[in-house]
Amino acid sequence: MKFCWFHLMPYTLLPDNFREKYPSVWVDIPRELFDPAAANRMYNDFMDELEFADAQGFDAICVNEHHSNGYGLMPSPNLIASSLARRTSNAAICIMGNSLALYNPPTRVAEEMAMIDCISGGRVIAGFPVGTPWDTSYCYGMNPSQLRARYREAHDLVVQAWTRDDTFAFNGRFNQQRYINIWPQPLQKPRPPIWIPGGGSVETWQWCAEMDYVYAYLSYFGYQLGRKTMHGFWGEMDKLGKDRNPYRAAFLQFVGVAETRAEALKLYREPAEYFFNRCLHVDPKYASPPGYVTEATMRANIVSMAQQATGTARDGRGRPQQGLQNPSFEDMLDKGYVIIGSPDEVADKLREVAIDLNVGHLMLLLQFGNMGKDLTNENSRLFAQRVAPQLRDLFDDQWEDRWWPKPLPTQLRATPVSPVVARAAE
Amino acid sequence: MSEIAEHFVEVNGEPCRVWEKGEGKKLFYLAGVAGLPRWTKFLDKLAETRRVVVPSLPGFPGGQGHELLDSHLDWVTAALDLLEAAGAQNGADLIGASLGGSIAAEVAAISPGLVRRLVLIAPFGLYDTDAPPADIWAQRPGVQPSVLCKNADTYTAFTSPPDGADPGEWTIVMTRALEASARILWPLGDTRLVRRLHRVRADTLIVWGDEDKVLPPSYAEHFGHEIAGRAAVAIIPGAGHLADLDNPELAGQFISGFVNQG
Repeated sequence: MKFCWFHLMPYTLLPDNFREKYPSVWVDIPRELFDPAAANRMYNDFMDELEFADAQGFDAICVNEHHSNGYGLMPSPNLIASSLARRTSNAAICIMGNSLALYNPPTRVAEEMAMIDCISGGRVIAGFPVGTPWDTSYCYGMNPSQLRARYREAHDLVVQAWTRDDTFAFNGRFNQQRYINIWPQPLQKPRPPIWIPGGGSVETWQWCAEMDYVYAYLSYFGYQLGRKTMHGFWGEMDKLGKDRNPYRAAFLQFVGVAETRAEALKLYREPAEYFFNRCLHVDPKYASPPGYVTEATMRANIVSMAQQATGTARDGRGRPQQGLQNPSFEDMLDKGYVIIGSPDEVADKLREVAIDLNVGHLMLLLQFGNMGKDLTNENSRLFAQRVAPQLRDLFDDQWEDRWWPKPLPTQLRATPVSPVVARAAE
Repeated sequence: MSEIAEHFVEVNGEPCRVWEKGEGKKLFYLAGVAGLPRWTKFLDKLAETRRVVVPSLPGFPGGQGHELLDSHLDWVTAALDLLEAAGAQNGADLIGASLGGSIAAEVAAISPGLVRRLVLIAPFGLYDTDAPPADIWAQRPGVQPSVLCKNADTYTAFTSPPDGADPGEWTIVMTRALEASARILWPLGDTRLVRRLHRVRADTLIVWGDEDKVLPPSYAEHFGHEIAGRAAVAIIPGAGHLADLDNPELAGQFISGFVNQG
C-alpha cells in the first residue's frame, strides 16, 4: 500500500458569506477576495506541510493544476514540485499533473518534468489529466471540441520527447515542430511513470490498460460514490484480460485523524464545511462546455440513468452530478466524502475502502478547506505514525507496484546544501 | 405546397443532409448555432416563391464529420463543398443565420462569383471590444433558450425531439450541434471574418432582431461598413438572436422581397 499526500492549496480566507454573495469559486471568482500578502503565508505553509509529509514518511507528495480557482492555488504545479525536489529527499513527487493540451508546444511539459526528475534524483510521477472544463475551456480558452484530440497528440509528443534517442520532427494535427530534442532528459528510464487522472469514462480506462498507465480517480465525493467508478474500472480490466493489480489504480479521499472520534469531529467539522460549502461553490453555467464529454460517455451516462430506478441527478448534457451541493457535515460523514475518526477507526475504514475499491495508491487530502498548518501537520503525523503502519503491508504480499518511480540510489544522489549550513562550514 | 424532400451529399466522405421545399430558383439557407432540427415557418414563407435548399453543415442535425474540421479554413472549404454538392452554382442566392451567417459571409468573400444576393441574419464572425458577443455556452441550465430567442419557448420547441426520436439520442444530437458551433466559434465568436469582408461584393441584406442578446444590433452597422457590395440593414422588432425563429412573418417578408428583386 502506498500513501500519497495530496495538496490542493485552497485559499483559506474565503468569507463566511461566500456561497450567498458570490456566484463561483472558479473561473470568475472576484479578484478583490485575493490578498497577496495572505497568499505569501499560505504558499509557504502549504509547502511546509508537503515537506513535513515527506519527513513523516509518506510515499509521495502530490501537487496539481488549477486555474482561476479559489480552492486550488497552483496554476503551475511544476513550480511547487521543483521546490519540493530540492527541499525533500525521499517521497516521490507526484505531479498530478499537467493538462497537456494547454501547453504550446507540449514539449515544455517534457522539459520541465525532465528537469524536476533530474533535480529530484528520479522521483517524479508524471500525471497527465485532460483537465477540467473550467480550467481548460473556460479559464484557458481551449476549444472543448478539440481538447481531447489535442491532449492525446500532446501526450504522444511528450512520450516521444522522453524516450526517443534522436532529434526528431513532429508533424501532428495540432503541433508542428522541426526539432524536438529535450535537454535535460528524464533521469528515469525509459521515462517517469505516467498516471492518468480520470472522471470515469470507459475510454480512459481502456487507454490506461492499453498504455499500462495508472488510473487515478480523483473525486471529492469519497469512497461510496467512487465504488461504482472503480468497480467499473476493474470490470473493464477483466474484460481486457488485465490483472487486478491494485497498483493500477489510485483513489483520492479526504481524511481527518485525531486521538478520539469526538475530538476528530470537533477539529475537522469547520475545514470540511469550508471545503464542501465554499470551495465547491461553482457556477453551474461552467460545467458542460459542449464537446467536453465524449458522445460515448454521454451515451453510457444516459443508459445508466435509464437503468437506475432512481437516477442520480444529471445535468442537461448527460454528465453525472457527482455529489450533493452544499452538504451538511453529517452528510459528508454519512456519505463518506470525509473519513474522520481515531487512528484505529480511520485505519479500519481505509482498509475496507482499499480492499473494496482494490486501490493500491491512496491519495490523501489531509489538509482541506481552511485547515491551518498546525492541525494539518498533526493530521499528517497521526496518519503516518498510527494509521499507515496498520495498512502498510496490504497488497504487497501479492502484487508489485510497477508504476512507482525508480530513483537513483540515495548514495549516488546530490545532497542540496542550504547557504546557512555552507557558511557555517567555512 | 410541396413536401420537404430529403437527400444526402458527401463532405469529406461524411454524409450531410439536404432538405428542400418549394418551386422556382434555388435559395440556399445555412442555419444558426443549433442547426436545423426541424423545418420552420420562416422557411415555409420563403418556399412560397422559391425552392428553398437547406444543407446541414457537419456536426449539425443531419450532418456528420465536424470532428474532421480543425481550422476555420477547413470549415469554409467544407461549406463551399456542401453548397456546391447541394446544387449551388454561380449567381446563387444565399441566406445565413447566426453561425450560418458568418459562414455564408465567408463563402461570399472567398468565392464572390458564387453569390448574387446575400442575406445575413445576425451573423457571428466579428468582435467589437465595446460590445463583445455573449457567451452562448456558459449558461445555467434552462437559460440558453432565452439567450438565443426572444421567446424561450420558441427555441425549446425548435430543438425538442421530433416525433419518434429517442430522447437520449436526441440530447446527443443537439449537444453535438452546440459542440460544432463551439468548434467554429470558441471562445469569443471572432473568426477574423473582418479581414475578408471587403471581398464580399454581393448585394447584401443584413437582418437583426432589435432584442438580440448575443450580438447587439450595433454589429449590423459594422458588417454594412466592411462589406464591399451594397448593404442594407433591416431591423426586426421584438426578435432576438435567432430572429427568423422569433418573427418568421416579418423576417420572411423582408428577405423574400430582397432575394426576389430583379
